[in-house]
Amino acid sequence: MKRKLVLEDGTVFIGEAFGAEAEKTGEIVFNTGMTGYQEILSDPSYCGQIVTLTYPLVGNYGINRDDFESINPAIHGFIVKEAADFPSNWRSQLSLDEFFKMKNIPGIAGIDTRKLTRIIRKTGTLKGALCAENKSDAEVLAQLRAVVLPSDQVKRVSTKSSYPSPGRGCRVVVVDFGMKHGILRELNKRNCDVVVVPYNITAQEILSLSPDGIMLTNGPGDPKDVPQAIEMIKGIQGRVPLFGICLGHQLFALANGANTEKMKFGHRGSNHPVKDLSTGKIAITSQNHGYTVEESSLKDTQLEVTHIAINDGTVEGLKHKQHSAFTVQYHPEASPGPEDANGLFDQFISMIEAAKEEGEKTCQSVQI
Amino acid sequence: MPKRTDIKSILVIGSGPIIIGQAAEFDYAGTQACIALKEEGYRVILINSNPATIMTDTEIADAVYIEPLTLEFVSGIIRKERPDALLPTLGGQTGLNLAVELHNSGVLEECNVEILGTKLSAIEQAEDRDLFRNLMNDLGEPVPKSDIIHTLEEAYRFTEEVGFPIIVRPAFTLGGTGGGICTNDEELNEIVASGLKHSPVTQCLIEKSIAGFKEIEYEVMRDSNDNAIVVCNMENFDPVGIHTGDSIVAAPSQTLSDREYQMLRNTSLKIIRALKIEGGCNVQLALDPDSFDYFVIEVNPRVSRSSALASKATGYPIAKLAAKIAVGLTLDEMMNPVTGKTYASFEPALDYIVTKIPRWPFDKFESANRKLGTQMKATGEVMAIGRTFEESILKAVRSLETGQYHLELKDAHSMDDRLIEKRIRKAGDERIFFVAEALRRGTSIETIHDWSKIDLFFLKKLENIIKFEVVLTDNIYEKEIAKKAKQMGFSDRAISKFWGVQEREVYSWRQEIGLIPVYKMVDTCAAEFESETPYFYGTYEEENESVVTDRKSVIVLGSGPIRIGQGVEFDYATVHSVWAIKQAGYEAIIINNNPETVSTDFSISDKLYFEPLIIEDVMNIIDLEKPEGVIVQFGGQTAINLADKLVERGVKILGTSLEDLDRAENRDKFEQALTQLEVPQPKGKTATSVSDAVIIAEEIGYPVLVRPSYVLGGRAMEIVYKEEELLHYMKNAVNVNPEQPVLIDRYLTGKEIEVDAISDGTDVLIPGIMEHIERAGVHSGDSIAVYPPQSLTQDIKDKIVTYTTKLAKGLNIIGLLNIQYVVSNNEVFVLEVNPRSSRTIPFLSKITNVGMANLATKVILGEKLVNLGYSSGLIPEKPGVFVKVPVFSFAKLRGVDITLGPEMKSTGEVMGKDFTLEKALYKGLIASGIKIQAHGKVILTIAEKDKEEALSIASRFYNLGFKLLATEGTAAYFKNAGIPASVVGKIGTEGPTLLDVIRNGEAGFVINTLTKGKQPERDGFRIRRESVENGVACLTSLDTAKAILRVIESMSFSAEAMQPAERGTEVVHS
Repeated sequence: MKRKLVLEDGTVFIGEAFGAEAEKTGEIVFNTGMTGYQEILSDPSYCGQIVTLTYPLVGNYGINRDDFESINPAIHGFIVKEAADFPSNWRSQLSLDEFFKMKNIPGIAGIDTRKLTRIIRKTGTLKGALCAENKSDAEVLAQLRAVVLPSDQVKRVSTKSSYPSPGRGCRVVVVDFGMKHGILRELNKRNCDVVVVPYNITAQEILSLSPDGIMLTNGPGDPKDVPQAIEMIKGIQGRVPLFGICLGHQLFALANGANTEKMKFGHRGSNHPVKDLSTGKIAITSQNHGYTVEESSLKDTQLEVTHIAINDGTVEGLKHKQHSAFTVQYHPEASPGPEDANGLFDQFISMIEAAKEEGEKTCQSVQI
Repeated sequence: MPKRTDIKSILVIGSGPIIIGQAAEFDYAGTQACIALKEEGYRVILINSNPATIMTDTEIADAVYIEPLTLEFVSGIIRKERPDALLPTLGGQTGLNLAVELHNSGVLEECNVEILGTKLSAIEQAEDRDLFRNLMNDLGEPVPKSDIIHTLEEAYRFTEEVGFPIIVRPAFTLGGTGGGICTNDEELNEIVASGLKHSPVTQCLIEKSIAGFKEIEYEVMRDSNDNAIVVCNMENFDPVGIHTGDSIVAAPSQTLSDREYQMLRNTSLKIIRALKIEGGCNVQLALDPDSFDYFVIEVNPRVSRSSALASKATGYPIAKLAAKIAVGLTLDEMMNPVTGKTYASFEPALDYIVTKIPRWPFDKFESANRKLGTQMKATGEVMAIGRTFEESILKAVRSLETGQYHLELKDAHSMDDRLIEKRIRKAGDERIFFVAEALRRGTSIETIHDWSKIDLFFLKKLENIIKFEVVLTDNIYEKEIAKKAKQMGFSDRAISKFWGVQEREVYSWRQEIGLIPVYKMVDTCAAEFESETPYFYGTYEEENESVVTDRKSVIVLGSGPIRIGQGVEFDYATVHSVWAIKQAGYEAIIINNNPETVSTDFSISDKLYFEPLIIEDVMNIIDLEKPEGVIVQFGGQTAINLADKLVERGVKILGTSLEDLDRAENRDKFEQALTQLEVPQPKGKTATSVSDAVIIAEEIGYPVLVRPSYVLGGRAMEIVYKEEELLHYMKNAVNVNPEQPVLIDRYLTGKEIEVDAISDGTDVLIPGIMEHIERAGVHSGDSIAVYPPQSLTQDIKDKIVTYTTKLAKGLNIIGLLNIQYVVSNNEVFVLEVNPRSSRTIPFLSKITNVGMANLATKVILGEKLVNLGYSSGLIPEKPGVFVKVPVFSFAKLRGVDITLGPEMKSTGEVMGKDFTLEKALYKGLIASGIKIQAHGKVILTIAEKDKEEALSIASRFYNLGFKLLATEGTAAYFKNAGIPASVVGKIGTEGPTLLDVIRNGEAGFVINTLTKGKQPERDGFRIRRESVENGVACLTSLDTAKAILRVIESMSFSAEAMQPAERGTEVVHS
């Protein structure tokens, strides 16, 4: 069966349908990772977007039980050159087609995805629609141009209520803006006593959980669409050590008076080099973001740039000059992608421990 | 970190001659590296014995030494040049081994030379099996259960403990020489013995086989700041058990989930960091297909064949950046040369599938054992790029130039199922074709997986192709179906076969309906960043990215995979042609499919199309580019063979016209031309039947040279001495009929002469004449060539110049021509004319300083020699003597007879240069790997016809103090002539035989000439193989033996007793 992809600039691609028969619109973004499609399609940060992968063969190793980054994918569609109908890997349970049918998400295969990527690169991220082949292009285009992209993606993917993931180590409150499971996995691996809380939690509510540290997760969309989180961050920073990833990083910047801006087509892939300015070391990182912290807006803030992207010099990491707080734009939890930056979680734990020690000393001196 | 300023000059070691396991990839790497180091302002001193390389051009380094890659010679150069540093990681295993030797000898310390890139300790840790295993244990990285053994007994002990199958890998060898998989005691015995012999340290790694695991490779880089990245990972189509050089390989990996990918990535980076390599490194891993278990197989702490492949597969120039890292630059301060906008510290993202298929020499060596294992056998490889796996693999198949245009075996229908199963179970060079045939017969992919352990993913892809054949057959001229077929990589030729029409009809129909390929860019970043790399591949998609400029362009066809008869020499000429086209102001476009070469470095040409060199793919590019014309002279037979098809399709061939190419290659037309031009040639005729042949041979007189009419590299050519042999040849070697006639020529035993010349139609420039050491009858590529000729009279030289000029003009040559002559009884006869670039172009260009390929290209583009500063005739001889010595890879090819004859067998060559012939020969022979002993034992087994001639050789060896060993007949013959020789037992006799003498390493040389058709032939074969396997120089041509004698004689002082006093003046005893 044929299906088509219509872009808001009028370009039409005809390809083979896979997955569900649903018609969907969304912002079209490309990811250059050559492996990790299962993690990508289940990454909540893609909420509402239609994702195309630049690597042409997708689904080769199937869909397995273990590699999801969320329970339900939030993407609106998937675009590939070829969707493998015969996956081969010892963990594979489903093909892409079977999985997308199950999750009611449409996919399109057999199109010139490199052409699509080049369009996005030239014109910037743009809207697109997946629909049946026989629909009139003009009609789809008119509808597409009228579509207003959602601004409530965080609300859609964040947990509705708090839940624990107990451990015997540091108490870490994870504010879920659309958390990838990878973040939880890394914290659990370090024995953290985790409580995952919804995005709209207040500072007071967080502090009432007596956290040793707070993690601001990744999530979809424009950070400015989540004003309540900005307020929350203002209320917790300086009181509890804080680590932010991706959207969490952007929100942290906004909370400290910096600004964020939309990028032309963002960074999405598993090969993004990031330089740690204090050591000069490079990490190859996994990234997925369409917004970035505006560097010039950091001038009069208490924030300091710790990491930059090698290729375009954009801000990739920040720390607070006074408080125990640091954030990165990329994904130290990887999944998918390189694990070069995994040590940031250890850094977070060290920061928590240092703060605890400091706190105990303070307590002791108070007692005396 | 900025580059180092405390070093000024750097010595780069090349990899020497092309042999199996070490091919053109090191010319590519070395050239890139030398240019990169020069760019940074260092003085580059290069040493390499291989003249047929771009890297030994004087423009590439500041000082180029074409000298033997031995401790002795390299030490000499170090003492003379006093380099500050040595970069050993670009010359393959040869470079690394030499660096270790240099260090151990103390010369590096003596001259204060620092080793760059990979430290000696890292080389040792990676190469020494024991140290390597210790390192892996320290890192917590798994390695298969294994042991280092030094004796056969130790091997047995290990096997008793862990059981078969067992893999044996000799330490410090190239391409796994002497190793293999053993499944029983007998194999263990044989392979371990051979492995210990081949290892310079008599050491083998013996390990439990993990055959059947997925074989995965990572190409990683690291800089001095400890930044490390993965350039590319690759997955072998063939599971562990087959040498990666002999495996079909896909890039990137296809069946690894991100978790598996990252797990192995982490391991690879951990290893390169632990070894503290500053540069590139290759890590080979085995991954269990059913769990996360994996093993590290081996690490190559240098650039390699795989890194060349990874560079071409991704566009990321590993060798260039590795060289810059070696002098202190870090990844984050170097630009990615492909995008020009982003930095080198990133990991390339591919948006296509790359496949590589090895090219094996079994078309030449029909008797060779074609089974694949841990010892590499391929001489070269092809790479193809596609947007689907099917497209990629089918493009690679038709790039091989083995006569296959599709996944089809010629005689498949006559094979029974059992044979097919056998060939799939035991991998040989044609396994993928047998898999295709099994699928065609309905065998399930699961069954084939059981037989072969090839991943179901790959088998499914092949099945898609086979299943689509049926769809195609049922849908003739259906546009959508045809489009699908093209997207799956089907060639027009394959489609035409399924449709029962002509290939050209498919092509024309495609043109009509607009079913034509687009060209996509290889840009390292999957289109994320804008790139201007002129590196393209064709595919059936929507958007074309290859922008045709309004500049006039010229297309040069490359020479495809390296194979015997068509080596790196042709790539050398191709590159020079491209440069000349650019100098002449045209846009230079190259089409080639060999990932190992300099010509497929995208920075060489204005545009590189990485495509199969068959008419369809070439025409597609021509249709788009509309060049001024196509140059076919430099790409060997590959390019020449396309000339007629190109002309048929209205394409202009630049240089010598098709008609004149044909006049040189078509026997009858050639004869007519010679008669017309009054240039003599040996008597000869064309036979179209066996009886015909007998009559002709009788008429012109034995011995005669027989061969099929159109041949490459002397294939199926033989010298026959009598009718009985002729009949045997006609029955067994060829299938004679009027369409496929056999040529019969008088075989003249004389001196063979080779000439390369350039003609512009008016003037014919002859840069030099070369004389062969071996007489006519030994393929020119296998002969030692000497410049200038040492034994020709002025009169003969004049004749050669006259004939060459006549032939060039008479055949209307525009560009290059190569002529082989034989001088017999003071007469010059022409043997053959090749209207194209030849094997000797780089050799001669380097000696005479005439850039022949460059000059020829300019002439082809319409320039006159006079305007380029040259005129007609022979260029005055240069001082000194230069020899080109062939190099063979017999040790890697079991079952191949090493006898020199009209069929070419060598894989590479070296140059020896000095002021006397003897010194030049000494260097050449040493560089080619022959050990020259000044005393010891010589075994002579001489055919009846050669005995008389061998007498003087025996006598000279005797006079040098060698002990002669011969079988009974030969020994008696020598004794009769007054030369003492010891009798050694023939094969099969009681007591120690000559095989034992060879095996025990007692003989310094073996001289063996060929007897035909009888038992001794088989004995001779065993003697020759035994010599090869034991690293003893085996000389099958008496001329080579004489040359070696000259060398040894020049090295030795004479030891003659005083002449007895004349009668009558005797001392009177008192």
